[in-house]
Amino acid sequence: MEITLTHYLVVAAILFTIGIFGIFLNRKNVIIILMSIELMLLGVNINLVAFSAWLGDLAGQVFALMVLTVAAAEAAIGLAILVVYFRNRGTIAVDDVNLMKG
Amino acid sequence: MTFPFDLSASLGIVKPELVLAMGSMVLLVTGAFFGGARQSAISRGTVALMIVVAALVLTGSKEPAVAFGGSFVVNGFTVFAKVLILAASAVAILMSDRYMERTRAARFEFPVLVALATLGMMMMVSANDLIALYVGLELQSLSLYVLASFSRDSLRSTEAGLKYFVLGALASCLLLYGMSLVYGFSGTLSFDALKGVAATGASNIGFLVGLVFMLAGFAFKVSAVPFHMWTPDVYEGAPTPVTAFFAAAPKVAAIALLTRVLFDAFGAASDSWRQVITFISMASMLLGAFAAIGQTNIKRLMAYSSIANMGFALVGLAAGSEQGVEGLLIYLVIYLAMTAGIFACILAMRRREGHVEDIDDLAGLAKAQPVYAFALTALLFSYAGIPPLAGFFGKFYVFSAAVEQGMWVLAVVGVLASVVGAFYYVRIVMLMINGEPRQSFVRPMDVELRVIAFAATAFTLFFVLMPAPLLDAASAAAAALVN
Repeated sequence: MEITLTHYLVVAAILFTIGIFGIFLNRKNVIIILMSIELMLLGVNINLVAFSAWLGDLAGQVFALMVLTVAAAEAAIGLAILVVYFRNRGTIAVDDVNLMKG
Repeated sequence: MTFPFDLSASLGIVKPELVLAMGSMVLLVTGAFFGGARQSAISRGTVALMIVVAALVLTGSKEPAVAFGGSFVVNGFTVFAKVLILAASAVAILMSDRYMERTRAARFEFPVLVALATLGMMMMVSANDLIALYVGLELQSLSLYVLASFSRDSLRSTEAGLKYFVLGALASCLLLYGMSLVYGFSGTLSFDALKGVAATGASNIGFLVGLVFMLAGFAFKVSAVPFHMWTPDVYEGAPTPVTAFFAAAPKVAAIALLTRVLFDAFGAASDSWRQVITFISMASMLLGAFAAIGQTNIKRLMAYSSIANMGFALVGLAAGSEQGVEGLLIYLVIYLAMTAGIFACILAMRRREGHVEDIDDLAGLAKAQPVYAFALTALLFSYAGIPPLAGFFGKFYVFSAAVEQGMWVLAVVGVLASVVGAFYYVRIVMLMINGEPRQSFVRPMDVELRVIAFAATAFTLFFVLMPAPLLDAASAAAAALVN
């Protein structure tokens, strides 16, 4: 079977959807939310690289590198915020992030 | 080594951003070198830096110019937006110093982070391709996540930062996914090329799905319904000066970015996005108006008020005309002035034992502190849109732009929402006049807060006498964008 653009797009869409569900259905642990965010960003990257190869245009791969870099910074900041939160609250369960209700 | 573009000309065009980037790094190193906790000196340096950058923006060319092979653009619209952003950020820094010292949260990183967020905002306003847009937006967002959790020993502040981070990252992912689809179905990342594609291929379903994903990401950044959930929690939890910053500069930047993307990149597909913008505008106005009624915390109230205000501003964008953009810009300027004034008043709600933020703490203030109560009353009436205060004119220009385009339903919903909104603003005024007096706030107000509150009140009261300079500037900026 030949792997076409559609296959890549479907995989990316599935990864992205799993990431969204991971954020909204998970009630246990904030770390899992951070992992879900990474999963969504990787789905986007697959999209970008697949489109870039299909179009024969390099810009998409440059964009994917930018996304990777920013994702690293984002994960670092997310973990740092999580650490200060944990120091104050003593837990990182999602259900306990409820001091203010919104 | 040769570049495919004129490097020195490009560097000349981005001079304000370069100066801000270098300057904030110098401030960061200075702060680190001379030890922590000396926020006020670094704050003054940052404000001075912002004034210099604003001067560079204003004296730079207002003729449309592109840098770095077309990924960065400067024109009358971006100049207008950048001056607003710089002014809002500088005011937020000025208001923060004494609060941070009193709450023992003063750290020199605060003004530096605000400066970096401002740099991100300036980049995203000027971005002319999707990569530049993304990088600018993330520079802004990452700085804002840290600012939200800035009081790191406070549970509320860190919880606000955590919530903002998770939802902000989700919004960035939606935006990126939309960008990847737009890229795939159009074959380009540049706004100029997208404009041509949108004209011919606007009916392509993949392209439109990408556009809708991007709009969802932007709606989060301007806190428009249905992506507003983070706003009340973050506004309540973050330290008050940070809330004052969040309510002002990032909102202006996000709206200006949205306007530029929709007009420059997707201008030809305006029939598609105008429906979406009309919907989120109506929903934001209504939700902001009704959800604010039951609030007891004034920062939470201001969060719902800012949701409603972004809805009003988006009315101008939904109109999709030059007049609409002009109304939008006027609305943003007036909104900024009112927000600066009202947060100066909120920061002055301080008793001996510390800062308070309940609406009930304002009870009976008209007798105890008449000048303060008068300023707050003028600002609240202006928010409610009562003529002849400035807030009325902001609403007037966006609604008349919508009516001009035949969008009667949107205008009527807007007027109804502002009537509902007037109810809770007037309720606070009634409480100040009739309420049982409590222990009054510490007097005198800090000098920065006094100056800012006074200037904002004067602006709302006397805008009606001299509207011409603002109207002219806004119409020139709108013309630069649309043509």
